[in-house]
Amino acid sequence: MIWNEKYECMPVNELKQVQSERLKKLAAYIYTNCSVYKDKFDKAGIKPDAIRSIDDIKKLPFTTKIDMRDNYPYGLFCKDQKEVIEIHVSSGTTGNPTLVGYTRDDIKLWSEVMARCMACAGAEPGDTIQNAYGYGLFTGGLGAHYGGLEMGLRVIPMSSGQTQRQLKIMQDFKPKIISCTPSYALYMAEEAREMGIDPKKGSWKIGVFGAEPWSEKMRNEIEATWNMLATDIYGLSEIIGPGVAQECPNKNGLHIFSDVFYPEIIDPDSGEAVAEGQDGELVITTLTKQAIPLIRYRTRDIVSINYEKCKCGRTSPRISKIKGRTDDMIVVRGINVFPSQIEHVLLGIKGTEPHYQIIVDRQQHQLDEVEVLVEVNSKMFSDEVKQLEELKRKIKKEISAVLSISAKVTLVEPKTIERSMGKAKRVIDKRQM
Amino acid sequence: MAKQLHIFVENKPGRLRAITDNLQKVGINIRAFAIQDRGDYGLMKLIVSNPEQAHLSLADMGCACALKDVLAVSIPDRPGNLHRLLSVLVDGGINIVDAHGFVLQPNQQGICILEIENLAQTNAEQVVRKAGFDVLGNDQLNNL
Repeated sequence: MIWNEKYECMPVNELKQVQSERLKKLAAYIYTNCSVYKDKFDKAGIKPDAIRSIDDIKKLPFTTKIDMRDNYPYGLFCKDQKEVIEIHVSSGTTGNPTLVGYTRDDIKLWSEVMARCMACAGAEPGDTIQNAYGYGLFTGGLGAHYGGLEMGLRVIPMSSGQTQRQLKIMQDFKPKIISCTPSYALYMAEEAREMGIDPKKGSWKIGVFGAEPWSEKMRNEIEATWNMLATDIYGLSEIIGPGVAQECPNKNGLHIFSDVFYPEIIDPDSGEAVAEGQDGELVITTLTKQAIPLIRYRTRDIVSINYEKCKCGRTSPRISKIKGRTDDMIVVRGINVFPSQIEHVLLGIKGTEPHYQIIVDRQQHQLDEVEVLVEVNSKMFSDEVKQLEELKRKIKKEISAVLSISAKVTLVEPKTIERSMGKAKRVIDKRQM
Repeated sequence: MAKQLHIFVENKPGRLRAITDNLQKVGINIRAFAIQDRGDYGLMKLIVSNPEQAHLSLADMGCACALKDVLAVSIPDRPGNLHRLLSVLVDGGINIVDAHGFVLQPNQQGICILEIENLAQTNAEQVVRKAGFDVLGNDQLNNL
């Protein structure tokens, strides 16, 4: 079904009208209510009344994760904190995390777009969803939860982990929909076999998989293993959380809800739009969000876009699967990790120098493993094993506190981490996506 | 007080050899060695002819290494002597962190290299000497 036919299937010229009206309002709203944006507008020499249609969006300055970090915590808010009813925190590049906040209307918007996603994947009111995205500060869990409630699904709020229990719940309540990271779906199949359950006979018929990059190969494997339809969902906490774009059963790109999240694809270096169908950085403007609306937010995700009407009837454009990043962020078990966060941890530990390397690996049908190699230098070197072990334990503890994932820490000899062109290669990703 | 050279070594083929190669080039004689294994890495512990020079040479190469004061005790190579040495330390409330030993002259003399917990704050050397053992300094170790 199509959850919001009016907007999802709106003729393109009408849609443009809606986007134009919303952008005009947004420019005025943000200029009046947020001094950071006012300064940005003023610096760019642009007044809100210069925005007359959606095409004028190019006149507006970009917003980046740096803006979010520099104005932490409340600088980008356009609403008084009393009107903010929920906040989430995700990883920042260094030091300060990224804070996102929602007014009551923002939560309604989030519920609406997530309901669109569920329906787009093939859910019908009355179906049961097993939501195995993590609940908590991570937006995945609650986002899918709100969407499920909004469209009248029966929601089983499993959260992530507890694999045997997940499988028991699947057998007992026969949910039709599963939402989790794609790698977790494969991991659960492995566990199911070990428990003597045939995944092919499982109750899940629709998967809403996201929060990490995955390939067509992985999709085929999930679909064959679980005998289900595996769809891709996209989102980022800065914009709203999950619910920005979703594949329909045609599996030919993710419908981005452009009446509320206006997409542009740009050349990351020049900032200019690329031709339709070309790869570029996805930039999103939240047309109706209230607490922290974002103008031309640089997602750093590389995609292409297709504006053709889809066979499903939706006119909302389709973005490709994420093809890469313009920065060095990696996604591990659905969690965004910036190498700079690890650098920050190491700098904070007395005696350590930030010579490190992150190795990410995934054994077949297993979850991601992270190993951090840290060079031991003469300053931090202790002549006792006990102290080296203590150092290792400390690094491990702090990394897990900052990243919310556990990493193996390996101490290595000085100057053994490969340096190319004088700059160390920070991440080695061995995963087969 | 004798000095022992402690070197951080990754547990990979060729790492120990890089150290011995460096030391042989500057003419350092290795009198004794031991390795403390920690899985993915270990500490190589060396008694060498010129600890300061060896330390500098390895540090120049970029090794993570340090010189550590240890108790080098000469003990007669006969049954019961290590037991006697340890008993003296136990009675003195002194804790051994790590140790290794080697025979110098069969049936006559052995050397015990002891890393003592908080060595500077203990009277370990005194206790050992009082029990009749010789405690060797660097020069003596060198001239063995």
